[in-house]
Amino acid sequence: MQRLFSMIWAFFAGMTAVSTGEIPVDKLNYFEKHIRPAFIKYCYECHSREMGKTRGGLLVDTREGLLQGGDSGPALDLNDLSKSLLLDAVTWADPDYEMPPKNKMPEEVIAHFEKWIAMGAPDPRVREVVKVESNIDIEAGKEHWAFQRVERQPGESIDTLVGKKLQLEKLTPTPAADPFTLLRRMHIDLIGLPPTPEEIKEFAMAWKKNRDAAIREKVDDLLAREQYGERWGRYWLDLARYAESTGNVNYSYPEAWRYRDYVIDAFNKDKPYNRFIQEQLAGDVLPAKNEAGWQEALIATSFLAVGVKNVNETNPRQFRMDIVDDQIDVTARAFLGLTVSCARCHDHKSDPIPTTDYYALAGIFLSTRTHYGTVSAGQNRRPSTLLQLPIPTESVTQSYSEAEVSRMREELEEHRGAMRRSRISEQQGENAMNANRARAMRNRMSVLEGVLNGLDGEGVPISYTMGVQPLARPVRSNVLMRGDVEMPAQQVARGFLQVLHHEETPSIAEDSIGRRELAEWISSKSNPLTARVMVNRIWMHLVGKPIVATPNNWGTTGQTPTHPELLDYLASRFMDSDWSIKTLVREIVLSATYQRSSRANVSNYSKDPENKWLWRASPRQIDAEAYRDSMLQVSGNLDLSRPLGSDLAKLGQGRVGRLPLDVNSAIARTHRSVYLPIVRNNVPEALALFDFADPAAPSAKREETNVPGQALYLLNSPFVIQQAKNMADELGKRYEKIENQIAHAFLQVYGRPAQSSEIAESKAFIASMASVQSAGTAEMSSPRPFDRRRPLPGGQRRGRFQRGGVQAATPAIPVDGLTLFCQSLLASGEFRTID
Amino acid sequence: MSAIVTRRQFSISGTTGLGGLAFAALSSMQAKAEKIDPLSKKKPHFEPRAKRVIFLSMRGAPSHVDTFDYKPQLTKDDGKSAKYGAGNLLGSPWAFAQRGKSGLWMSDLFPYLSTHADKLCMLHGMHTDEPNHPGATRKIHTGSGQFVRPSLGAWSLYGLGTENANLPGFICLGGGGGDKQNCGNAFLPAIYQGTLLGSGGPNGGRGAGGSSIEFPNIKNPNLSAADQRKQLDFIQKLNRDKLARDRVQPQIEGVIQSYELAFRMQVTMPELLDLSNETEATKKLYGIGEGVSDNFGSQCLLARRMVEKGVRFVEVVSNGWDHHRDLKNEMEDHCAQIDQPIAGLLTDLAQRGLLKDTLVIWAGEFGRTPHGQGGNGRDHNSAGFTTWLAGGGVKAGFAHGATDDYGYAAVDGRTSVHDWHATILHLIGLDHEKLTYNYGGRDFRLTDVHGNVVDEILA
Repeated sequence: MQRLFSMIWAFFAGMTAVSTGEIPVDKLNYFEKHIRPAFIKYCYECHSREMGKTRGGLLVDTREGLLQGGDSGPALDLNDLSKSLLLDAVTWADPDYEMPPKNKMPEEVIAHFEKWIAMGAPDPRVREVVKVESNIDIEAGKEHWAFQRVERQPGESIDTLVGKKLQLEKLTPTPAADPFTLLRRMHIDLIGLPPTPEEIKEFAMAWKKNRDAAIREKVDDLLAREQYGERWGRYWLDLARYAESTGNVNYSYPEAWRYRDYVIDAFNKDKPYNRFIQEQLAGDVLPAKNEAGWQEALIATSFLAVGVKNVNETNPRQFRMDIVDDQIDVTARAFLGLTVSCARCHDHKSDPIPTTDYYALAGIFLSTRTHYGTVSAGQNRRPSTLLQLPIPTESVTQSYSEAEVSRMREELEEHRGAMRRSRISEQQGENAMNANRARAMRNRMSVLEGVLNGLDGEGVPISYTMGVQPLARPVRSNVLMRGDVEMPAQQVARGFLQVLHHEETPSIAEDSIGRRELAEWISSKSNPLTARVMVNRIWMHLVGKPIVATPNNWGTTGQTPTHPELLDYLASRFMDSDWSIKTLVREIVLSATYQRSSRANVSNYSKDPENKWLWRASPRQIDAEAYRDSMLQVSGNLDLSRPLGSDLAKLGQGRVGRLPLDVNSAIARTHRSVYLPIVRNNVPEALALFDFADPAAPSAKREETNVPGQALYLLNSPFVIQQAKNMADELGKRYEKIENQIAHAFLQVYGRPAQSSEIAESKAFIASMASVQSAGTAEMSSPRPFDRRRPLPGGQRRGRFQRGGVQAATPAIPVDGLTLFCQSLLASGEFRTID
Repeated sequence: MSAIVTRRQFSISGTTGLGGLAFAALSSMQAKAEKIDPLSKKKPHFEPRAKRVIFLSMRGAPSHVDTFDYKPQLTKDDGKSAKYGAGNLLGSPWAFAQRGKSGLWMSDLFPYLSTHADKLCMLHGMHTDEPNHPGATRKIHTGSGQFVRPSLGAWSLYGLGTENANLPGFICLGGGGGDKQNCGNAFLPAIYQGTLLGSGGPNGGRGAGGSSIEFPNIKNPNLSAADQRKQLDFIQKLNRDKLARDRVQPQIEGVIQSYELAFRMQVTMPELLDLSNETEATKKLYGIGEGVSDNFGSQCLLARRMVEKGVRFVEVVSNGWDHHRDLKNEMEDHCAQIDQPIAGLLTDLAQRGLLKDTLVIWAGEFGRTPHGQGGNGRDHNSAGFTTWLAGGGVKAGFAHGATDDYGYAAVDGRTSVHDWHATILHLIGLDHEKLTYNYGGRDFRLTDVHGNVVDEILA
């Protein structure tokens, strides 16, 4: 239906003002005398721009408003005026559209409307066609360095290009890192986990035999592990603003995890980056070898569907354009490192992106139907369908018997009937259903609908995915004045950003929606931004400093590269290796630049404290996921298998606050953090506290903070204490002597042997804590540290900051000196740092 | 736990072992240290009128025409058909009178607060563009109903830092769903986010006296303070050894500092949240222990304790103001919940000499319609509503702006949410056009590209 509106809207918006001034005087007078005042009196309150209300998506304050209609269709049917919805509404002919609600218009006013519509609904309230012009000089804009072609750097390498700058700045690079530091750095950078003591010993031996061979073999080993995709896929999920719910009025996306797994697999398979782009933007329309290939590419298009959706938006056109804006935004930021969304309302203030370019892109996404699901209930005015996968996959949700399905259907029908009856009694001034009962019933209906939507006729869950589909007939977008959906100006052809036009810029045929062309245009080797933007991020994740310090802004207000030749060297190598990310990662890790020690050298530090010129390896903070996963690994609790779906997916469709999901107790699970439920506005504490990227918008770079809430978590949270306890128990099983336990713990946590002074100090600490009176007597009985599901007065659920007495009731974990020692290592800065 | 167990104070220069470093390097290190401690006190753009803010946030949007916006014409035309909507005009069921020397109009719903009329500064010309609660609540907090943006409190903290390094600088009391966003930092660094404490709802799952609020992970389940200090000393020893080996390591310095603050917070936070040391007279002043006002009274008292201790921005939430029906009973109940506590807060702040440089703000997210809904309720109205301010830098006993004769739309002294934000920032010494943060390649402001300071209300 929405698609239909937008087409009708686009059609009429393009031919506004056709009949201005052509209305005969008698008809005009009739309108002014009877119809305009009636519209103002009875309708404008809820359906006019003046009052700022667009109930049901309908505006009746212009002729275009009536023609484009609202949620239920056009208010005026020009082909058969007698079938106009406006007539049904004012005559109260259809119980679903009784307008104005509650008080019918007087009979004579209704008669006026009937007569006016019979006249052909002459209406002088037409909107002038406006043309939005742009003053941007595109050709001048092309001069910006980042919009120039990538230049090859023959005969160079990473180290020669970095070396030239060091020489120029008169900086002496630090020596190569020791094997322990380097191994830990490679492990955390490539797979997000520290090396085990066994791996450390093996590597140290191989290093003695042949350092370079040992490093090469280790890089290949790490790149081949499944954990590599889980680490690097998560970086991409930040850029894709991946989450499993709509945000705002928060409805779940129980199919979003398929995209998460697609991304992880793509990194593990080393899917060429150009193909990766094409699948996410246009997987639904790319040719596929077989069904499995098409299925994979279709899931990839969830990229366009997992964004924030303001599902209680009253105006369908606004909702539609907000989705389009999200899609333009994520496409431009994730692939091109540009912010284009400013051009929604006006020409971009700093970059050569006219507002007409924005709407050229908008036409491509308006010609696309977005499937994101969400159960229709309560605050959700904008649910959509999902896409059924051709090859069914293992079910995340449970099956039901046919009898159960029909019982649920019957129950749903009963509730619907009760609600309908209540509505009718209310309209007749009788007692309606009690508000609490009505709310409970709506919740129940929402649950039932959520379950039923996901089942086939036999009660077996259907394999659905989020994603996009092309419209049968592509549309053009109108430019919207100041981004206002009710103020369309001229239409523009579907197209790309002119300032980035390069030799392989395709044209979009009249009958093509243009999304595949857009994907090819972005992933072309002659696009000046695509490869540069990606290699800059890969470099940043490995070296700690991006070459362009603003990885999410490559426009004119962004930073210029510290090493422009290096940037182009990496970009051309990347494209030459068939866009292989693994090949590029390997080359960077094998460079001397990557392998340097991070120890500061005072004379260098005074010249270049930021390490802009890469005289050392930059020490970095471990991110939230690697931190938690590393703790689980050293405690012996990490489960490296991939869970099916996610905790949220198992609950199916629904409104997040009403699903029995506690994201914080999910932390106690032992799978890798990339598989934790990612719910908008409700990210698990252990991730949010350690600077997880807010999934509201694409993010290229996370913040690095040091806040006391983190320290308190490390000192006092049951999760951390539990990991320390498990670690201590394992140490106790493995070694009898305390010195051996300590030495092993240092290897596990810091990836290096303990110094003798450290062993002595640790031993003394453990002995000094021997008398600790542990308050706890029992093991934690369940992985759920806090039971926050106890309903609160008023039906609220216990939230993150309401635990109050509950925390006190948590059985404490018995600790001893060794546990406190292990916790101290886990809580120390060295464990949280990549040197 | 009552005494702070401190063993040593760390200073940055004392731990780096970089005594011989060149001056330039040291100053760049200090710049780094400032980056690590983004809460340190910062210089405002100009001399502030208020040093701290208490935001009394009325969720659900209280009716302005029944509280502070006196509309005799509405009373006169009670029952007549309204030009705005389906229901007939509904005169306020409560009598209004001019209060104090200033003669501000207030209804009988606030017997306590009306004695403070001469401290209040009314903004009767408020309007917003978000018709529904979630969007309008986000808007009044963050300036945007649609996008995720930093909260007013986060911007304030970002702009000014905080006065007390032993406590978080932005605390939100009694919030609920949506407040991670309403009080969030969005793209600002995480340290500026509001620390959420306590729960929503009239009783909020809390006992009387407000003693059961807890800060996450504030208490170790096993160790005494002395034992934990021993453990922390060991952790800090590991950290300092690392720092000594690395020579320059701002990251580790940050870790060391945040552990010391965290350790102190284990004492300061529970102490801050424990109202048992307040006198009975003070508690009575806030209406604590007296039925409906107990919960909000406790929160207001906590707010006073927080600003007194140097917390920059405290938000106190009152829920349940969405009175589509049963206006008479609902309003009487809800106003009774907040009336004595707010009056108590103003009295207490004034007595302690804090009111002169504390800005107290009272606001819902929009107003309510002059016409009735279902006969005994009022619908949402974003075209006009009232907020008020009191304390540092605003004219006392003053009213600015007006809605039309019926209270429907703001017609005079029209004040948008952006104007309102610009004014609040101005009062705490920040220029809303200069307070920017670069995110995703754009300089963001609380007021986007809008907002004018309402000069008329500045004292």
